[in-house]
Amino acid sequence: MAFKTSVQKYTGSINKLEFGSGENSKALGGENVLPFYTFDGNIGGKPLIGLEILDVYPEKWLDELQQIYGDAANNAVQWARFVEEKFSPDFICLRLEGADPNGLNKSPEEAAALAKEVAQAIKVPLVVAGTQNHDKDTKLFEKVAEVLEGCNVILLSAVEDNYKKIGAAGVLAYRHKVAAESSVDINLAKQLNILLNQLGVKNEDIVMNVGCAAVGYGFEYVASTMDRIRLAALGQNDKSLQMPIITPVSFDTWSVKESVASVEDAPEWGSQVERGIAMEVSTAASVIAAGANAVILRHPGSAETVRKLADALINN
Amino acid sequence: MAMTGLDIYKLTPKTNCKECGFPTCMAFSMKVAAGGAEIQKCSHMSEEALAKLSESTAPLMKTVVFGKGETEYKLGGETVLFRHEKTFVNKNRFAVLFTDKMSPEEVDAKIAGMKEVCYVRIGEEMKVEIAALKYSGDKDAFLALIKKVKESGLKVAFMLICEDVEVLKEALELVKEEVPIVHGANKNNYSEMVQLVRDKKLPLGLRADNLEELYALTENVQKMDYKELFLDPGCKSIKEAYVNTLQIRRTALKEQDRTFGYPSILFVNEMANGDKYMEVALSSVFTIKYGSVIVLSDMDYARALPLFGLRQNIFTDPQKPMRVEPKIYSINNANENSPVLVTVDFALSYFVVSGEIERSKIPAWLVIPDAGGYSVLTAWAAGKFSGSVISKFIKESGIENKTKCRKLIIPGKVAVLKGDIEDSLPGWEVVVGPDEAMHIPKFLREM
Ligand code: B12
Ligand code: SF4
Repeated sequence: MAFKTSVQKYTGSINKLEFGSGENSKALGGENVLPFYTFDGNIGGKPLIGLEILDVYPEKWLDELQQIYGDAANNAVQWARFVEEKFSPDFICLRLEGADPNGLNKSPEEAAALAKEVAQAIKVPLVVAGTQNHDKDTKLFEKVAEVLEGCNVILLSAVEDNYKKIGAAGVLAYRHKVAAESSVDINLAKQLNILLNQLGVKNEDIVMNVGCAAVGYGFEYVASTMDRIRLAALGQNDKSLQMPIITPVSFDTWSVKESVASVEDAPEWGSQVERGIAMEVSTAASVIAAGANAVILRHPGSAETVRKLADALINN
Repeated sequence: MAMTGLDIYKLTPKTNCKECGFPTCMAFSMKVAAGGAEIQKCSHMSEEALAKLSESTAPLMKTVVFGKGETEYKLGGETVLFRHEKTFVNKNRFAVLFTDKMSPEEVDAKIAGMKEVCYVRIGEEMKVEIAALKYSGDKDAFLALIKKVKESGLKVAFMLICEDVEVLKEALELVKEEVPIVHGANKNNYSEMVQLVRDKKLPLGLRADNLEELYALTENVQKMDYKELFLDPGCKSIKEAYVNTLQIRRTALKEQDRTFGYPSILFVNEMANGDKYMEVALSSVFTIKYGSVIVLSDMDYARALPLFGLRQNIFTDPQKPMRVEPKIYSINNANENSPVLVTVDFALSYFVVSGEIERSKIPAWLVIPDAGGYSVLTAWAAGKFSGSVISKFIKESGIENKTKCRKLIIPGKVAVLKGDIEDSLPGWEVVVGPDEAMHIPKFLREM
């Protein structure tokens, strides 16, 4: 017998979502096969790689990271420009940490005004991440959506508690895209998409954040949730799961011991920054192999490696 | 292809003698086809029929064993393409590559690195399991390398990578008792290679220029009735390695074609071409997607921490999450003055927290209520790690008789529970601990 390539055709495909504006917009998704399964069909757009910046100085970040950004990190606008010029990410993720009620508790107006300046200063599309405090994020995103009208950003994220207001203001009124966040469970992901849909948000305007964990920390649930979501979207043509996936990898990987422990804490482990990058790279490589269409990373070195990986999986 | 009940029935004597415990040969055959009875129960089958059957009822993917004693490992034997369907059974193993071109210093450094990266995570030993020894032209140096690694005190299995049968013969004299993987059978040398490994049943790695040739080569080797095999999907390009690895696994499990029903060997070191983070990225991809032996250029903690953690996650049984028994744990010989810390019964949380308390060297009690086997926030969100669950456990577990100290330290991530617990546990002071377990030693020392 001769070898015959095993081909799997699916009936469903992943929606294509565009964010950003004009010629600088970027597209997510569009595939009708599992990640990089080039022999089965169309693998869609390349996974997008975004770099994370903050609206405040990154006090808690590693010294090495602070050094990379130097003074630019004192001002989100300069920081964004610096990142764009130096590392050319596919997008920038501005995280509004300063609005956190347990921190500086900046007002939505102040945070949104800064977000607008950042958006105007760069060409690449923007993802605006909130504080992970659901009440605050509601108010925050309502304002951000309003002042960023026309920029077509992704609002990260709406959850079951606040999807109505974020969906209404963010997508219906001001035409942005919304990330629907659920916690590592296919049914929850589906349910939130349906709720948004019932609100009037089109499936094409939704991207999913299905939850993340650093490798070694319950990551098997993340991998299997993504597998199941993708198989349902493609194999069962389940429209309520055909949104592309965005995964904020850096939000998890930089707070686990492997990345946080200094050399004094764990002398045998060696360089802290190397461990941090390796945790981030491993988690990002794993989620794009499991189905994520975009990842948010913190270290420019991680971004470079993950981009190389994605390119190499696509082109010989 | 799997045999149907009818196929099996055709092989029985059709006498309905009932000795197998079934009323008819047909009933028995149906049961065997469904996996509910073993063919050996019928003692009237011909040799030939049995052989035919064992062939077709054999698992789609063979389990291949290598190494010896405490370094014996199994690879392959997988039954599903996705871990939520059942479970991935034999976790991938990591190898570090040595060649006869390396300087003694380089070899020593790699050996030292492999010795240093050896630790326990949730009850599992984490270390490089395989020394991959590659012949690249200098026979004497190759033999010396094998001796050196063998005598280095490393507890590893071996993989010899060599396509030259004469050199291999000598090399095997040094390590054949350790049951190494022998890698390097190709379309030109395969029959001699099979002769070389057959009597010791050493696993043989097959390589070819592309999948079509690899398939033909595997068929040829199988025709020699040798089935202790590994397949090398190639490493000329990352895309090709990925595609071939997926195709091999899918051909075996989905197309039910045993020609590709073997574990794989991936030379991530070559694909990454000296880029350490790329090795991490590729190893992660191949841990998720069907790599069996993953070869790295070197091992250090930066690589080990993510890769071993990921592997441990991916190869847990999705049907049974890892839990520890809910009870009182004494750490560092806790005594009647020791403080009490509380966490959940998720094995990972327990492991991380108890490890950090041990590291602090401060005697302490760790109490664990039944939290459904979930992590702190998951259990909290599910209502299984609430103020009342915790205070009830404190009252009923007997911890109040073990220590006079009335300080209860709760995980920082559930700081919101403080008030609730204090209300229902008069006499106790509830202290909010750090968010991350790694800060526990400092926290305990300063308390
Ligand atoms: C894997 C996972 C699951 C798995 C469960 C795995 C398990 N066995 O726990 C599954 C898929 C089943 C799951 C389910 C749910 N999950 Co869940 N899950 C996660 C995930 C991705 C990782 C959790 C993990 O393994 N952490 C690792 C362990 C080691 O962490 P840990 O226990 O907290 O321990 C650390 C610290 O707390 C500290 N520590 C621990 N004990 C102690 C003790 C002391 C004294 C101290 C000082 C420190 C300390 O040390 C550890 C390391 O630093 C997280 C998101 C994330 N990235 O964290 C969400 C997450 C925890 N889940 C969440 C939710 C909401 C749920 C569900 C309720 C969803 C739902 N509605 O169904 C369900 C609940 C279960 C149910 N339905 O009954 C939310 C919780 C939100 C919140 N803040 O309340 C999270 C944060 C995701 C999110 N962002 O929304 N989940
Ligand atoms: S023992 Fe064999 S021959 Fe007898 S009934 Fe069973 S299957 Fe038929």
